[in-house]
Amino acid sequence: MLLSVDHVTRYRYDQPVRAVMQSHRLTPSVFAGQKTRNWTVTVTDGIPGGTFRDGAGDVVQSWTVKGPVTEIEVRVTGTVETFDLAGLLRGHRELLPPEVYLVDTPPTRADAALTALAHAARNPEGALSTAHGLAAAVADAIAYRPGATHAHTTAAEALALGEGVCQDHAHALIACARAIGLPARYVSGYLFATADGSAHEAAHAWAEIHVAGLGWVGFDPANRCCPDARYIRLGSGLNAQDAAPIRGIARGLGQESLDVTVAVQDLQQ
Amino acid sequence: MLSRTADNLFWIARYMERAETAARLLEVGSRIALLPSAAGYRNEWDSLLQASGNADAFAAKYGDPVQRNIESFLFFDRDNPSSVASCITTARENGRIVRTALTTQVWDALNTAFQELRQLERTPRSELELSRLTEWTMRHAAMVRGAIEATLLRNDGWDFLNIGYSLERGDNTARLMDVKYYVLLPRVDFVGSGLDNYQWSTLLRAMSAHRAFHWAYGGEVTAAKIAHFLILNPQCPRSLITCVEGLSAHLDRLAHLYGTTTDAQAQARSMLVALRETREDDIFDEGLHDFLSRFIREMAGLGSLIHETYLSGDMR
Amino acid sequence: MVAAGGVTVTQYFNEMYQNGKVRAPYAQLEDWMNAMPAQLRTLKQAEAEDLFRRIGITFAVYGEGGDPDRLIPFDMFPRVFTGAEWGRLEKGIKQRARALNAFLVDVYGRGEIVRAGRIPARLVYQNEAYEKAVAGIKPPKGVYSHIVGIDIVRTGPDEFFVLEDNCRTPSGVSYMLENREIMMRMFPDLFRGNRIEPVDRYPDLLRRTLASVAPPKCSKDPTIVLLTPGPFNSAYYEHSFLADLMGIELVEGQDLFVEGEFVWMRTTEGPKRVDVIYRRIDDAYIDPLCFRPDSTLGVPGVMDVYRSGGVSLCSAPGAGVADDKAVYTFVPEMVRFYLGEEPILKNVPTWQCGRQDDLGYVLDNLADLVVKEVHGSGGYGMLVGPKATKEQVETFRAKITADPGNYIAQPTLALSTTPTFVAEGVAPRHVDLRPYCLVGERIELVPGALTRVALTEGSLVVNSSQGGGVKDTWVLAE
Repeated sequence: MLLSVDHVTRYRYDQPVRAVMQSHRLTPSVFAGQKTRNWTVTVTDGIPGGTFRDGAGDVVQSWTVKGPVTEIEVRVTGTVETFDLAGLLRGHRELLPPEVYLVDTPPTRADAALTALAHAARNPEGALSTAHGLAAAVADAIAYRPGATHAHTTAAEALALGEGVCQDHAHALIACARAIGLPARYVSGYLFATADGSAHEAAHAWAEIHVAGLGWVGFDPANRCCPDARYIRLGSGLNAQDAAPIRGIARGLGQESLDVTVAVQDLQQ
Repeated sequence: MLSRTADNLFWIARYMERAETAARLLEVGSRIALLPSAAGYRNEWDSLLQASGNADAFAAKYGDPVQRNIESFLFFDRDNPSSVASCITTARENGRIVRTALTTQVWDALNTAFQELRQLERTPRSELELSRLTEWTMRHAAMVRGAIEATLLRNDGWDFLNIGYSLERGDNTARLMDVKYYVLLPRVDFVGSGLDNYQWSTLLRAMSAHRAFHWAYGGEVTAAKIAHFLILNPQCPRSLITCVEGLSAHLDRLAHLYGTTTDAQAQARSMLVALRETREDDIFDEGLHDFLSRFIREMAGLGSLIHETYLSGDMR
Repeated sequence: MVAAGGVTVTQYFNEMYQNGKVRAPYAQLEDWMNAMPAQLRTLKQAEAEDLFRRIGITFAVYGEGGDPDRLIPFDMFPRVFTGAEWGRLEKGIKQRARALNAFLVDVYGRGEIVRAGRIPARLVYQNEAYEKAVAGIKPPKGVYSHIVGIDIVRTGPDEFFVLEDNCRTPSGVSYMLENREIMMRMFPDLFRGNRIEPVDRYPDLLRRTLASVAPPKCSKDPTIVLLTPGPFNSAYYEHSFLADLMGIELVEGQDLFVEGEFVWMRTTEGPKRVDVIYRRIDDAYIDPLCFRPDSTLGVPGVMDVYRSGGVSLCSAPGAGVADDKAVYTFVPEMVRFYLGEEPILKNVPTWQCGRQDDLGYVLDNLADLVVKEVHGSGGYGMLVGPKATKEQVETFRAKITADPGNYIAQPTLALSTTPTFVAEGVAPRHVDLRPYCLVGERIELVPGALTRVALTEGSLVVNSSQGGGVKDTWVLAE
């Protein structure tokens, strides 16, 4: 598919702030499943900082805005050609070994219920089957319902609630995978929502599980599938916060409010 | 120089000068209190507290302004940020932070004052005469100032110290005078009376300027002479014009050193020019209190400019 | 008073007396000691303390309250090494510092040592101190840990053991310099009579080391700063002392900011670019954007600048994975793996409570062992079996059983003693040694170190937070 993205994040502050500092992971990953045609990120009055590729293979670019300002707009536009690899992250250059993604973090900590869910899904046929089983189990246990959870809801809380959004699905799947010794990580990106309403949330998140012999494989419990040509992958981390496409901080007392719009379109339709 | 370092140096000077002022207030108070007064003793101590800008805080903690409480408040009380103990502790803490910008002699002087202060705090109050406390404070303030003048490199750090001293001293002189004129003598019929003269000369004594005044002017002490001496005479080390001259000179030095002119420099210059053109009559026409209030406001404005320009680190 | 300075035969190696005879390096000190009557000694001790206080060296102990200006006790009796003894130590220390840095380059790169199965992946990659944010970033000159402090104990004439490594920001070097300064002022004759190698090049070497790791984007003489958590930190004196001796600015987080590709400091003349940051604040606090978001001590965005080559951080974040007490066990293996050499300095045999076999042994022999928390420091969270009460041992048994992976155990080492001034005169007290190895373009070590002494009779804990003192440490010229 040939997907176009127009992603606008508008930060508003009720009092002027200075020295706004942002760290972006907003560049599409380089792997066999996607090819970037063009891609631009702009920040109102932003001074671009250094850029580098981190150990997970993600391109990081920082920005500063001197201020004082009361509004900043971050706009991401571009076109990416995508291919369906059935979730495989083939040809992705990264340095970090999968063992790094066995580390526990507060939002992905497995409680008794998550651990039980994980063990029940174990499949003697091997890690890949187990991973599929885990994804299905999480999708069954947590119904998609926007507004039921918030940014700081943990995997354990979401499972207890039985409802959540893609972040909660991904956290729960990661917790389960790590609980049975499978390295797992959080992935942020975009999703092309088809007309029949089968997919939701254009700014999307899912999980990757490391399967020996295959490498990293993506699973999207929220949509009960593996990432295909409808997905654009941006970056990964131990949890949602660690994988956040935009991290920012500002000096001043202004309270921040956020407004995000994402439009993903299929240019070949 | 790091802006924070300049800020610390500036405040070392201000706090040392402020400690000295607190001691001077105590000295003025104790001398005035020796006088019989129609309004009683209470009033005079009260006016001192107003000069220190802390009358409310005192009332809340101690109630009646009796001498012992005022001594506690102005000398020992750590809750009073302008007490001698607070000022010396803060000055020394600022010094510790910028230890490397000071010479051993300056640090020694600050640290010795602090260590001795701790001994004073452990001494029973019955063994501490008020005069011993005030003399002790002035001696240490002088030792720090002397160490700065005698040993410190005359770089920008030295300028920031001197800017702090001049700003604080000018402000304090103005406040001390304002108390005398405005608070101590609300009733016009006292002006020009013998009592008035006694109080005026007490004020001179408290500024260690009693003898200097007589050398400079001779004859009878009058309000006009004192106003001239403490406001317009550049020979008096604590006069307003001397303080503004100091500010202007050091801001000029900084501008020269850094190769940039600043608003702070311009403001200090215009204040200096205005003072040079002022005569005693102008002051009394404007009203001493109004004149002093305006001066205090202008000094505060200059302080903010200095902060924005050099000390906040936000200048580009 | 112990006759002739403690000839009492003990199981401990006495660095001054062996079989009733004075060992060569201490020869001149015996006369000095005997020529010092108690009165003079008291006088000198007071003079030393006065000097320390005037200069401003004090040591605040975390969380203990009390006097924030407490002096760390200084013992005037120097500790002495011959040139030959030091020569061997120096080789061993440098070798270890090289291996530790090679390990860091490796585990933040391809992780060959893990792939080769020489160290368990879990120990490295799931270590709290492993910082995945720096993986793939090659720091200038391939150095992560620029100041390596190695704690060494001696048990015999040629027996030296490494107790632990400090790869982050080891403190205490100011005492090495000040102890020497004070000894030279008080006992100039001693320095005329003995040929003692000087240590005062340290600040200059440190400065050069830091300058040698300037970032790729720095094309001129680098601007170096020392980043401190502030005057309330227990080591603030040291931060200010070192900054002064190096002639660099001592900055706090609020003095620095990131703009564009670089880090700047706020000066009275406007922003000035900073190239190298010798940071004395912990990883977690260094950048609220990357690590702890609640940190007010750090510089927002500094990690991105570091990772894109705009500034150097010394030590590099993540360096702590090399000095973890569980990773410690594998340092000799690192020496063999990366350098192809046999380790010159030995490790103390260590039991990992996380291993089932080791745990059994440790729990059976608690009363004879020293048990430490894997991530602890400063002598806290530590059990010295032979010195502990039954209750303390049992309390620790419960702690270990609850979380075995968090503890390691070592035999109680027979730490050497050196003569030390005590109330009754001179008596042997246990000591350790912390040299500071500098790693940049070159590896440098000044001939000297910090000797810490356990002032309480029989005590083996030398930490200043637990009643330890310090001594001047001499290396005699050959």
